[in-house]
Amino acid sequence: MAVIQVERKPLSLLERTYIPQIVGGLRTTLRHFFKPNVTLQYPEQRPEISKNYRGVPTLVMDPNGREKCVSCQLCEFVCPPKAIRITPGEIAADSPNAHVEKAPQAFDIDMLRCIYCGLCQEVCPEEAIWLQNQFSMSGYTRAEMVNNKAKLYELGGTLPDPHLKWDHKKAAAEHGNGH
Amino acid sequence: MTQPAKPDLVTVNIDGKEIAVPKGTNVIEAARLVNVDVPHYCYHPKLAVVGNCRMCLIEMGMPAVDPATKTPVMDPATGKQKINWIPRPQIGCGTTVSPGLHVKTTSPMVKDAREGVMEFLLINHPLDCPICDQAGECKLQEQATGYGRGYSRFIEQKNVKPKRTQLGPRVTLDDERCVLCSRCIRFSRDVAGADVLGFVDRGSYSTLTCHPDKKLDHNYSLNTVDICPVGALTSTDFRFKMRVWFLKQTNTICTESSVGVNSVAWSREGTLYRITPRRNDEVNDTWMADSGRVLYKQVQSAERLASTASLDTLVAQAAEVFKAAAGSIAVVGSGRSSVEEQFLTKKLAAALQASVSLVSRTAQGDKLLISADRNPNVRGALVTGLITTLPSAQLTALAADIDAGKVKAVVSLGEDLAAAGLSAAQLAKVAIVYLGTHANATSAAAKVLIPTVTVFEKAGTFVNQQFRIQKFIQAIPPQAGAHNDLAVLAKLTTAAGAPAPAAEVGTLWPSIAAEVPVLANVLFKTLPESGVLLDAADWKSLPFVEGETLHYKPTAAAAAVASPQ
Ligand code: SF4
Ligand code: SF4
Ligand code: SF4
Ligand code: SF4
Ligand code: FES
Repeated sequence: MAVIQVERKPLSLLERTYIPQIVGGLRTTLRHFFKPNVTLQYPEQRPEISKNYRGVPTLVMDPNGREKCVSCQLCEFVCPPKAIRITPGEIAADSPNAHVEKAPQAFDIDMLRCIYCGLCQEVCPEEAIWLQNQFSMSGYTRAEMVNNKAKLYELGGTLPDPHLKWDHKKAAAEHGNGH
Repeated sequence: MTQPAKPDLVTVNIDGKEIAVPKGTNVIEAARLVNVDVPHYCYHPKLAVVGNCRMCLIEMGMPAVDPATKTPVMDPATGKQKINWIPRPQIGCGTTVSPGLHVKTTSPMVKDAREGVMEFLLINHPLDCPICDQAGECKLQEQATGYGRGYSRFIEQKNVKPKRTQLGPRVTLDDERCVLCSRCIRFSRDVAGADVLGFVDRGSYSTLTCHPDKKLDHNYSLNTVDICPVGALTSTDFRFKMRVWFLKQTNTICTESSVGVNSVAWSREGTLYRITPRRNDEVNDTWMADSGRVLYKQVQSAERLASTASLDTLVAQAAEVFKAAAGSIAVVGSGRSSVEEQFLTKKLAAALQASVSLVSRTAQGDKLLISADRNPNVRGALVTGLITTLPSAQLTALAADIDAGKVKAVVSLGEDLAAAGLSAAQLAKVAIVYLGTHANATSAAAKVLIPTVTVFEKAGTFVNQQFRIQKFIQAIPPQAGAHNDLAVLAKLTTAAGAPAPAAEVGTLWPSIAAEVPVLANVLFKTLPESGVLLDAADWKSLPFVEGETLHYKPTAAAAAVASPQ
């Protein structure tokens, strides 16, 4: 192995005074004094999140406040790390959404397991589960890291629904198509 | 001895493959033999053929024969006999094979026909799959994937039909999903003998409905749910409980009666969700009684026994009872135990020098799939030699022995001695070692209580009324605090001073096969799913209580007992 000796150049007089370096450093500091601020005071200030960001999976309501999930359990099936656990249930006959028949009784997503892959959102036939802009999940216990149904709806909020297929269905039934 | 007549074989050609099939077979079944799937809805192997869904359309032709000379017409291009193809598609279910029949199931005409039928079936279909219990086992879904066009050309309003109709106590109907195959109607009328379903209205308004004054409430109503190819008929018990694709299927045997209906237990992570029948043409065809399907609920019942003590502690307590009452012990075996358990019960009784009795359990049979004998395995006890005569419902001899002080301890294998005629005073007089799954008067009075497992939590075999030995497989792990019966019996036998027998089904079978002559050629491992008929000559003259059921005729001796009323 060849060893290359690098000869160290002796410092010039000016360099030995350190003055140009100090001035150069101060210049950079002063420039930043007058530039716009880029630091965010996290967590009080939050960054702008891109619309297609894949954050924590959440459940959403339609504009009429109907929970969109019908507990078909496809997301539970597709979820690679088996983070989702659903207990399906029947919608009570006296509910305004009785025509939808089915809704989850319990819906848990274990965020210690979730890998934010987005497959649940992709597979959902009702467009009920969305990975939105929530990016930080923390907790002191394992149990805190499991998002239950109430938490999922709280995180998810309402999304516009261009189809409203269940409303159309109900309207057709009330209109009595066919007879 | 007459030789069984060889079925007449007919050679047919399906998609270019020649196959010889029995005369009378239809094209769907013949195609199945060469692994060709002909999609169908209305055809069911155990029901009359009606040919109304048109899903099974195929192209067929016959070898050409010159009408004048009756000689075959040859095709010069191939050098083979020419085939006259019928220019229109035919239904496969309604076409029985004839010699030389040629069938195409993949031709463009067949493909067009299937696509056309699928498109018509789907125009008014609600596409409820996300909320439909049939999703995952739905023929319409499968065939829409195979033959659907992927998008709908139907822009008109879809028909609206009744949804969530309660047809009976156990069946829910969604008429929008019905493809009008009429399987449920035919089953109810022809097999269950209750003509309660039918179609009303015409064309695309046709609607399945129940006779206004009747209900679909016979004890076989859930079979309509099984055979409904779509999600129109669904089980009210299973409704919205779990997706079928999560469920593990385990073959089991129904314990409702000595018919030994073959069934499947559907479970997920140790919880059972439903029981469905399994086809066995010699026993239950493809049917099962509703009452047998709820038996899975016994697994998680509140009455279930559990112990916190270890099995060794419990066995040690039992050993003390055995020691204290040595020489005056009685064993009450069970017709609900498996063959393996009965074999070990016999060993235990021998080690304890105890007398053995069994309790019979009878009720009216339904002439279909529930027999009069409600113990699934009385014949197993005969085969293993645990008993030699048929059991009676009351333990009168045991009661007398207890009163006379001849019996000081009783080992009961899940039999409620109070229900079998012993009084509370008699129960209090003896030390009871009770092996059982659920709480009852005997478990309450027991000195030593060893919780055991249900049929779904263990493996084993039953011998049904035809002397057919059939196996059941463990579907779910045992509930906490319950012990496998075989392990318990093996430990008790050892505690009673006999050499330790094998405590698992697999390792026990070689000794069963060696010691029980009728079972000499049987091994659990190799026992086929459809069971094996045993030689019943030794028990031919016993007056069994069963009357006639679907695939069972009582022997002369039994018929004489069963019929007099
Ligand atoms: S994002 Fe992926 S890992 Fe997370 S819940 Fe959805 S499917 Fe499961
Ligand atoms: S979120 Fe979507 S995919 Fe998951 S159960 Fe609900 S409807 Fe089905
Ligand atoms: S019957 Fe089949 S196709 Fe129709 S909604 Fe149910 S699962 Fe889907
Ligand atoms: S309910 Fe089911 S079985 Fe009955 S006719 Fe309709 S599709 Fe066929
Ligand atoms: S299966 Fe042949 S017409 Fe229905």
